[in-house]
Amino acid sequence: MTSGFPEVWDTRAFGRALDTAFNGIVATWGEPLEQIFLPLLRAINGLEKLLQLSPWWAVVTAFCIVTWAAARQWRPVAMVAAMLVALGLLGVWDAAMASVALMLVATLLSVMLGIPLGILMSRSDRMRSGMLPILDIMQTMPIFVYLIPFVMLFGPGKIPALLATIVFAIPPVIRLTDLGIRQVDPEVVEASRAFGASRHQQLWTVQVPLAMPTIMAGINQTTMMALSMVVIASMIGAGGLGYQVLQGIQRLEVSRGLIAGLGIVLLAIIFDRIAQSYGRRVQANLHRESE
Amino acid sequence: MGPVKIRVENVSKVFGRDPAGALAKVRAGADKTRLKEEMDHVLALHDITLDVRTGETFVIMGLSGSGKSTLIRHFNRLIEPTSGRILIDGEDILTYDAARLQAFRRRKVAMVFQRFALLPHRTVMQNVAYGLTLDGVDRAEVLRRAGEQIALVGLSGFENSYPAQLSGGMQQRVGLARALATDAEILLMDEAFSALDPLIRHDMQMQLKELQARLGKTIVFITHDLDEALLLGDHIAILKDGMLRQVGTGAEILASPADDYVARFVRDVNRGRILFCGAFADAGLLPAAEAPVIAAEATLEAAFAVFASGAQMVAVRNGDGRITGALTAQRVMEALARA
Repeated sequence: MTSGFPEVWDTRAFGRALDTAFNGIVATWGEPLEQIFLPLLRAINGLEKLLQLSPWWAVVTAFCIVTWAAARQWRPVAMVAAMLVALGLLGVWDAAMASVALMLVATLLSVMLGIPLGILMSRSDRMRSGMLPILDIMQTMPIFVYLIPFVMLFGPGKIPALLATIVFAIPPVIRLTDLGIRQVDPEVVEASRAFGASRHQQLWTVQVPLAMPTIMAGINQTTMMALSMVVIASMIGAGGLGYQVLQGIQRLEVSRGLIAGLGIVLLAIIFDRIAQSYGRRVQANLHRESE
Repeated sequence: MGPVKIRVENVSKVFGRDPAGALAKVRAGADKTRLKEEMDHVLALHDITLDVRTGETFVIMGLSGSGKSTLIRHFNRLIEPTSGRILIDGEDILTYDAARLQAFRRRKVAMVFQRFALLPHRTVMQNVAYGLTLDGVDRAEVLRRAGEQIALVGLSGFENSYPAQLSGGMQQRVGLARALATDAEILLMDEAFSALDPLIRHDMQMQLKELQARLGKTIVFITHDLDEALLLGDHIAILKDGMLRQVGTGAEILASPADDYVARFVRDVNRGRILFCGAFADAGLLPAAEAPVIAAEATLEAAFAVFASGAQMVAVRNGDGRITGALTAQRVMEALARA
C-alpha cells in the first residue's frame, strides 16, 4: 500500500466469496451444462471426422464449390484450391481440418446469434446502450480470464474452446449488423413505410439487403477472430493447428511452430478470400453502374 | 370540382420532448422563436385547416423550413400530428390501428419522393411492383400491373435495369410508376421534380398533367417553385413558418395576395403564363369579323403570337363558343404590368 489508497472494503474476502460461489455453480451445474452442450460437441467432432476422413481432393472440391457460389469468379477459386494444396504439402492437413471444424461451428453460431442481436440493437436505442458496454468488455477482457471459468465448468476440451471463441469473435458481427442497418438511407426506409410495409417487411425488403455489405464485413471479421482464437483454444485441449504451435513452443522446435503458424495464415487467407469476394459481389449489386 | 377528399382540421405539430406542453404554450401566446429558445421545441405546423377535393391537384407551396414536407407526411401518417384531425373520405385516419393504417397505405395513398427513394438493390420492375408485393398480390397480377405502369411512364425496355443505371429523370419516372401501380386514389408528391434539371423537370410536369387528365387522381403536390405551383395546381396553399398564409387558385392568389409575404412571393412570376385571356377581354369592344379568335382559357402568353403576326385585335371565345369580347395588345400589356 505505498500509494496510500485507503482500504475501504475487504477485497480478499470478496474474492474468496466469488470463488466459493463459482465453485458452487461448477459443482451443481457442471454436469447438466455438459449434457446440454453434448450435441454441439458431437457436431464439431462429426465435422472434424468428415473433413479428415474424406479424401483430400473431395475437400478441396467442396471448398472450390463454396468459393464459386460466393464469388462467381475463377480467380478466388483457383487461389483457394492452391492454398489448400499448400496446406497438404506442409503436412498439417489433419490438424488444419480440426481447426477448420471448430472455427466453422464457432463462426456459424456467432452469426446465428449475432445477426439477430444486431438487428434488435438497431431497433432500440435502449438495447444499444445496454449492449455496447457488454461488447466492449467482451473485446477488451483478456481471454484467459474467461477461459478459466469455462474450463472449470466443462473441463478441458472442445466445448470451452468453442464458447470462448464465440465470446471473443461475436462482437464484430453484432456491431456491424447494428451499424449497417442504422446506416441504411432513411428515405428508402421511409418509402417502404409509405407503401405500407410492416416492420417485418421493412427489415427484410430494405434494411437487411441494404446493410448486407456491412454485415458481410462483420461476418468476415468474426471469421478471422474465430480463427485466431482457435490457436489459443488449443491450450485447453481443442487440438488442431494451435496444438502444433503449442508443442513447438514446449519442445523448442522452431520448425514445428513455424509450419503450423504458416498453416494458420493459409487458412486465414482462404476464409478471407471467400468472405471478401462474396461481400464485393453483394456491394456491386447495390451500386451497379451502367456499362 | 368533386367532393372533399382530404380534410385537414386544425392540425398542429411540435417536435421535441414534450409536444403537448409546448403546444399549450403556443396556445397561450408563445411564438415559434420563443418556443425554440425557451424549450428547444420546434413548432413545425400551426393550426392548419384545408380541404383537398377529389380529382384536383392541390399544391402546397413554401420555402425550406415552411413545414410543407412535414405537412404532406401527415396525409399518410408518416408523421403524427400533435393535435388536430385528418379526415380522408370522411374517416379520421388518426383513429386507424396499425393493420388498418397498413392497408390504407398499401391501397389508398401512394407517395413520390424528392430524391426518388428507390430500392437500389432491385430492378425497375421490382421497384414498380414493390407496393403490390407488400400487399401480397399474386405474381402474375403484379407483373401485369407493374408492366402497364412502366409502359405508361415510357420506360418499356428498362424493366431489368437497376436504378443506378438510369438518369435522374428516368429514376423519378420509376418513382411515379411505383406510386401509380397500387392504383391509389391519392398521390402525395413531395418536391417530386425539384431534384431534376430544368428541361427534364418541364417534361415531367407536362407528363404529370397529361397523366392526371387521364387518371383523375387526387394529387397533393409539394413545391418551393411558384411557376411549378401555378402550372400544376388547381388550388395552391402558401405556407410560411408552419402557418397557412393563403389558399386559392393561381389566378386568385396573383390577383389578390392575402398579405405582404404572398405579394412579394408572386411579384416575380411570369404573369403571361398564368393569367387567362377570358379575364381581360373587353366586352365593350366589338372585334372585326376577320379578327383572329382565341379561347378564353388560353394564357395571355398565347395571345402574344397572334399579335406578333400583325393583328390589332383578337376575339375571345368562351367555352360555349360565344365571342365575349376582344383583347388589344394594350390591354394585354396593362394586365401584365399590374404588379
